[in-house]
Amino acid sequence: MSLSSGTASFLAMLAIGLALLVGAPMVFDLFALLQVTVFVAMAVLALSQGFIWGYGGIMSFGQSAFFGLGGYTYAVVAMNAGDSTGAVLLAILLPTLFAALLGYFMFYGRISDAYVGVITLTVTIILFSVFNSTAGDAYTIGNAPLGGFNGMPAVPPLNIPGRPDLPLEPEQLWYASMGCLVLVYGLLRGILASRFGRVVVAIRENETRAQLLGYDTRLYKLLVFAIGGGIAGAAGCLFTNWGGFISPTVFSLATSAQVLIYVLVGGLGTLLGPILGAIAIQYLISLLGAQQVINANLVLGVILAAFVLLVPQGVVPVLRDALARLRPPSHPRAKPGNGLPDAAGVEAKP
Amino acid sequence: MALTGLLTFNILNSIALLVLLSLGLGVIYGMMKVINLAHGEFVMLGAYATVLCADAGVNLWLAMLVVAPLFCGLVGLVVERGLIRFLYGRMIDTMLASWGLSLGLIGLVTTLFGNTVRGVSNPLGGFTIGPYQTSLYGVFVILLAMAVCGLLWAGLRYLRFGLILRATMQNPDMAAALGVAPPRIYMATFALGAALAGLAGGVLAPVSGVSPGMGAAFIAKAFITVLGGGPAIITGTGLASGLFGTISELASFQTTPVFGQVALLLAAIIMIRLLPQGITGRFLRRSV
Repeated sequence: MSLSSGTASFLAMLAIGLALLVGAPMVFDLFALLQVTVFVAMAVLALSQGFIWGYGGIMSFGQSAFFGLGGYTYAVVAMNAGDSTGAVLLAILLPTLFAALLGYFMFYGRISDAYVGVITLTVTIILFSVFNSTAGDAYTIGNAPLGGFNGMPAVPPLNIPGRPDLPLEPEQLWYASMGCLVLVYGLLRGILASRFGRVVVAIRENETRAQLLGYDTRLYKLLVFAIGGGIAGAAGCLFTNWGGFISPTVFSLATSAQVLIYVLVGGLGTLLGPILGAIAIQYLISLLGAQQVINANLVLGVILAAFVLLVPQGVVPVLRDALARLRPPSHPRAKPGNGLPDAAGVEAKP
Repeated sequence: MALTGLLTFNILNSIALLVLLSLGLGVIYGMMKVINLAHGEFVMLGAYATVLCADAGVNLWLAMLVVAPLFCGLVGLVVERGLIRFLYGRMIDTMLASWGLSLGLIGLVTTLFGNTVRGVSNPLGGFTIGPYQTSLYGVFVILLAMAVCGLLWAGLRYLRFGLILRATMQNPDMAAALGVAPPRIYMATFALGAALAGLAGGVLAPVSGVSPGMGAAFIAKAFITVLGGGPAIITGTGLASGLFGTISELASFQTTPVFGQVALLLAAIIMIRLLPQGITGRFLRRSV
């Protein structure tokens, strides 16, 4: 793929994103718009998982840890400060630092993929237990009670920076959320097109070779993990804003599994896949929530197992390959052995 | 003195529960390098089997020690044939698929029995250590954990089946060349691990609430115990359970049970950093 076609697809995606940003409030009524807003928040979370897993090759089972941490940080700071601007910044900064610390522990310890999965899972479960047990007056930060299992209700919404008296309307929250999604997408595309991004993909393809070429793979993985943590934190901040509420369920195993399902269904090694996966799965969950017959966990579990068995590369890569097959082939496609697309096809794809 | 006695008893009890919970996972991971994230749900199924049998009038001991392991062993057999066998050698994919299975089982049990907490009454009374009253059931759990470890060890060490199991674990190609069918051994191993999980569930039923989501509370503990233990299944699981059980019980005693759990998980993370191969990856390498 030449760079120009990569740029073209990027610009096309950006245009679609901006069109949706402006167009959605004109098409949807307020209820639908609110629902799409939370889909978008989850799509940002899916991007963080898609980036570190699909491009960085880091098997994190605990993206919901940073998601929840971002949400709680926003809630605590916004309740104390009044103005939400600092809260947003901290909700991104704190998960980034936490991810960096955890990443230092894991990547400088040179532990294997499976252990990374188990440790991230363990950290999520620790956070769940801790936040679950924060009921009572002893656990109040400033004037923000953490509330234990019941969570924190009445979190103040985002406001115009510097103007705490001007909170965002639901429609403006949509602009903020969708704007955040477009921004994160653009940022990640930029990172992947840069030298740094190429090294990250090279490490995913063959860590030993990257090391032998002189790259400190530990540092690169650490940075990828920290960026992913920050993005997940931003998603948590949006999520908290959407409901004005956060509870320890954000740290639950079900949330962690959902994020993996978004990425797996949408497609590993793409950025568009996780976004579409998040929206599709969230839509499905909202449909399932509206009826009482089939349990949502049952459906999600079947989807996860079925995709691992039958479509391990996800929907977007499958469609992309199908499209590519319609065109006359210029070179035989290498079949990826590990479920990840080959390096040559990565950087130019949405 | 009585307090020390009580604390020792509690520590032993907590170690024994950890051993029972982790052994099934350890067998599957140690033999097949498959990380079964649905382990907690196998435990849950064992507990449900026990509760349902007890409600139907079956003797509780029979339900706990025979029906629960048999039922879970069968479920394990079906799962291995239907899901896991397609994914051998793809560690991350097996983790994901078994996570899907875990969600599916939670959903299925919720659909069938509702999202409520059930339980059976504790069949044993209590006894006293000095001024403290404690449960006789704890003694049973400790004895059972020792018996299960002993039987498993003896089975692996002295039975022909144990020998074949260990040989297949070490070198499946060579075992196949000598006339063993590795797929059949893997199937049996997975079923054995699931049955052990079911046994743990049965034993837990009288002392913990039985609900569809109960597995999540055990899964992290069981994992880090197995990973912390390292390649030798019984020795490793035993040593790691001893270490983590002691830490969590002491921390619970000092603060609250929640922070006891947190201390356990933190200790495990630190230990995995220090001994990435687990305890028996570094020490006692020749043990089973």
